[in-house]
Amino acid sequence: MGQITLQGVQKSFGPVHIIKGADLDIADGSFVVFVGPSGCGKTTLLRLIAGLEDVSGGKILIDGKNVVDTPPAKRGLSMVFQSYALYPHMSVRGNIGFGLKMAGLPKGEINRKVEAAAATLNLTPYLDRKPRELSGGQRQRVAIGRAIVREPKAFLFDEPLSNLDAALRVQMRIEVTRLQKQLGTTAIYVTHDQVEAMTMADKIVVLNGGKIEQYGSPLELYERPANLFVAGFIGSPKMNFVTGELALQRGAATIGVRPEHLKIERDGAGGWQGTISVAEHLGSDTFLYVDAGPLGMLTARYIGELSLHAGDRVSLVPDPQRIHRFDDGGNALRG
Amino acid sequence: MARMATTRRVAISTAAAWLFGFLIFFPILWMGLASFKTELEAFAIPPSFLFFHWTTENYATVQERSDYLHHAMNSIIIAGGSTLIALLIAIPAAWSMAFSPTKRTKDILLWMLSTKMMPPVGVLVPIYLIYKTFGLLDSRIGLVLILCLGNLPIVIWMLFTYFKEIPRDILEAARMDGATIGRELVYVLTPMAIPGLASTLLLNLILAWNEAFWTLNLSTSSAAPLTTFIASYSSPEGLFWAKLSAASTLAIAPILVLGWFSQKQLVRGLTFGAVK
Repeated sequence: MGQITLQGVQKSFGPVHIIKGADLDIADGSFVVFVGPSGCGKTTLLRLIAGLEDVSGGKILIDGKNVVDTPPAKRGLSMVFQSYALYPHMSVRGNIGFGLKMAGLPKGEINRKVEAAAATLNLTPYLDRKPRELSGGQRQRVAIGRAIVREPKAFLFDEPLSNLDAALRVQMRIEVTRLQKQLGTTAIYVTHDQVEAMTMADKIVVLNGGKIEQYGSPLELYERPANLFVAGFIGSPKMNFVTGELALQRGAATIGVRPEHLKIERDGAGGWQGTISVAEHLGSDTFLYVDAGPLGMLTARYIGELSLHAGDRVSLVPDPQRIHRFDDGGNALRG
Repeated sequence: MARMATTRRVAISTAAAWLFGFLIFFPILWMGLASFKTELEAFAIPPSFLFFHWTTENYATVQERSDYLHHAMNSIIIAGGSTLIALLIAIPAAWSMAFSPTKRTKDILLWMLSTKMMPPVGVLVPIYLIYKTFGLLDSRIGLVLILCLGNLPIVIWMLFTYFKEIPRDILEAARMDGATIGRELVYVLTPMAIPGLASTLLLNLILAWNEAFWTLNLSTSSAAPLTTFIASYSSPEGLFWAKLSAASTLAIAPILVLGWFSQKQLVRGLTFGAVK
């Protein structure tokens, strides 16, 4: 079991409030991603759950039990660090088995479990190597091995893929997701990469300035962002925001349209007129950055190749079903 | 053309390095040579470099006149004891300053170092009087104590910088893995800090072995280490260069051998953190 509940969790370092009261319910077996810009408190929140930092207020419940006064080792969680944090003087076997050794398991059992974990992660040939003799991806897998071998209630991942190169990151992303589904263990995963968040998560927690902005499934966040921040943070390229007269006509302070929901017309009279300032041709997609005069810069995305170039005039027609409306407090208006 | 220039540069810098090394080593070499000369040849002008009458009589005289082993044993006890005690105090001190620093940690470190900036002679009289009152004059314990306290700031600083180099993440990983502070120290921190501990130990041993000011002033015979043994050969009755050289050679021999075998460790220790 690994159900984690946060109730009004707060954390301050001196006068600085890092976490300003977080409430969250993480269901057993789910994969939850904390995402947000740097300094939003996502890593701090993870460390509070791990017990590496003490809370300044509120409760953290693991399977219904308040653990705020429980030391990290007794919480039954395991953590994968951004830097991997492998023990440099121990072999892969020693690294993976360290937690079991500390728990006082007999040697035979430790070996059996370590070898099983290594087999799952394709690390068997490297069991007797030292971390410095491994590649980045292999080190990452050792760090994951160290986490899974203890059969924890939940895994905590602190930006585990950010030190890998792009290709390896995609591969590890898939491996981690597959492994988590296979083990069925609750996972909390911190990242600033929204692609990782969207692809891996069952549910995403968007954090900003120490507050939870929205908690929901990836598509919920994409389709129904709760506020301007989430709308701007989720989705790439960013959502276009338009204020002023056009927004007022729709009864909102700001309206937002995603680049993929703007229809591009060459010489249409309707829609939002503008001149292309930059056109990016990726083959699979075409991104247009359009100077729309009083509306500012707008981004439009076309699936496939579109033969338009800088200087061409276009009009962008928003899909009426896909216009997001926000009030002057930045909160989404529905209905 | 470019390659030739590089070869020449390498040759010149190699020669310069050898020359410099030789210059530094020369006094030691000269002392070694002088110890095998007769007293007359030892200060003959022009000096003879290799072609003199080689003799070991100085060593025999030195051994006869004073008890080398007694002083060597004192040196070992004083240098070893002060180093071990300093390490025992410094490890937890450096640990706490490196891993749970407070607002004052930087100040404490600076303050400790500042005590090394004061000339020791400034406190000679009070220390001497304290030692006299407590009966510590010419005692091994007294010398262990003063050298230990004198070197403690350096030991703490060195260990502090080594501990600082150990990533916090690894210690946190150990905590997540269920290691208590004690086990974290035994299984994770100490093995990772061994190179740093070893070079601190070696350096402090050398410093303590060579320390002359306090050992000369606070000991006379029963606790006197090799520094006093050397000094006893520059006596009011005149300088006996050859015998003084023999005594000095005997005094530095153990630490020279130790330094030679641990040079890798020492160099690594002194450049730790500078090169990764």
